[in-house]
Amino acid sequence: MAANTETMTINMGPQHPSTHGVLQLIMELDGETVVKATPHIGFLHRGIEKLSEHRTYHQTIPLTDRLDYLAPMSNNLGYVLAVEKLLGITDEIPERVQRIRVIMTELTRLKSHLVWLATHALDIGAMTVFLYCFRERENITDIYEKVSGARMTSNYFRVGGLADDLPDGLEGEIRTFAESIPAHVEEYEGLLTGNRIWQKRTIGVGEISAEAAIDIGITGPALRASGVDWDLRRDNPYSGYEDYDFEVPVRDGCDTFDRYRVRLDEMRQSARIILQALDKLEPGPTLADCSKVVLPAKQDVVNNIESLIHHFKIVTEGFKTEPGEIYQGIEAPKGELGYYLVADGSAYPFRMKIRPPSFVNLQGLPQMVEGRLLADVIAVIGTLDVVLGEIDR
Amino acid sequence: MTDQAIVEKLKGKFSSEVLDVVEFRGETTVTVKKGQIVDICTFMRDEFGFNLLCDLCGVDYMGTSPRFMVVYNLYNITTKQRMRIKAPVEEQDAKIDTVSTVWGTANWHERECWDLLGIKFNNHPDLRRILMPADWEGHPLRKDYPLQGPDREPYKGRLS
Repeated sequence: MAANTETMTINMGPQHPSTHGVLQLIMELDGETVVKATPHIGFLHRGIEKLSEHRTYHQTIPLTDRLDYLAPMSNNLGYVLAVEKLLGITDEIPERVQRIRVIMTELTRLKSHLVWLATHALDIGAMTVFLYCFRERENITDIYEKVSGARMTSNYFRVGGLADDLPDGLEGEIRTFAESIPAHVEEYEGLLTGNRIWQKRTIGVGEISAEAAIDIGITGPALRASGVDWDLRRDNPYSGYEDYDFEVPVRDGCDTFDRYRVRLDEMRQSARIILQALDKLEPGPTLADCSKVVLPAKQDVVNNIESLIHHFKIVTEGFKTEPGEIYQGIEAPKGELGYYLVADGSAYPFRMKIRPPSFVNLQGLPQMVEGRLLADVIAVIGTLDVVLGEIDR
Repeated sequence: MTDQAIVEKLKGKFSSEVLDVVEFRGETTVTVKKGQIVDICTFMRDEFGFNLLCDLCGVDYMGTSPRFMVVYNLYNITTKQRMRIKAPVEEQDAKIDTVSTVWGTANWHERECWDLLGIKFNNHPDLRRILMPADWEGHPLRKDYPLQGPDREPYKGRLS
């Protein structure tokens, strides 16, 4: 009997637990081998770039929370840094603000990596890790709630500063948590790294060379696992990252297993950065001294008529910027998150283009899975760590 | 190599193509004619090592001529340097050559630019809509596209 060599096209998503949101993949299969994979995106498109053109600079901050909803403070940071660069007030940001921003974005990196590890492991069949990771993530959401009032969409950073100072006693809580991280990462590694099933599902799966990864635009931990030693926090420092002593984990396996190890090492480094930032944290103002731009402190608004007027004007009219254009990239948990802002001198961004890391990384998926088994597609979606909120915007 | 040196070399090689050079907040933007955009991008990649195309997008300057600007944000992973190239595109002839042969990552960025702004990319391998549904009419990021979408009362601003 002659073998049947016809290919079969199957659909996966947009409603599928393993696609991490509303990602749709159309796959052409020859038996169990993927011949062609075509991602379809846009199911979560909310027009954030269009909306931002009709809002003042401050009003856009809550929209950025909803890009990568697993790492809201990283999105906040990229945006406020971009606006501060556009205004030319980057050097006027107080030290305490920069330290708190670093602490919160590194906690965000941990939060994002914990969800990545939890869901990635769950997809490949390791249920326990999911429960462990969400236990630690809960602590970070509690910290989020204490600083910003929200557990996910934090909206905590402001142009020129922070919404509020850290509440009393929280520094100690963050320190205790950061100190516990290395032991927890040990725990996850104990469950996975030496596990033969985990190794079989990840080693050699979804390989991509450094040249191919750069060509397709992959950034962040996925690029560092292909042997490219590049991290924006170290190489183009922002928010005072040059003050901290940390390593950039790089591995050259180019596969799912090494991407997993790079991210776990990054979690250890994040904990180191948080502890250093806490050591260096001194009391001080949490808003820059730029009264035309920065919202006055709440205490002044209720006690002082001048601040009240300022507050009213900034909230209703916004602030105007010089005409010009800037690009600000930061090292978000998933890769380079960039904001390209064009200003025409009004109180609204003329054009805001977001460069979401997941959008670009997902573009590498077809070449990572074609020629491999269908089951590997699940592992590759997990290892790319995509979030559809920022892909579709 | 400093930004100025790169710009000088670029001007030397493509003297009739470079329209404008602007420096703002320490970032250099070079505006070039769209005709030789692929050659210019290849030159930037091979000569100066801008191996990563961070971002590609379009901007709609409605009311001015040319109406659109296609923007290329480049990065050099070795020297950690950034540079921006821009090319104006006319409304009547909203087309520009694809750079997806220079950087593979341009593929999806150009699809998005076509989808949201209606700028076509010549020789693009797969120019389909990417974020909007395939049968969508219009290009939402154009300035004359209503914020509320078609068939709805126009947005009158948040203060009215």
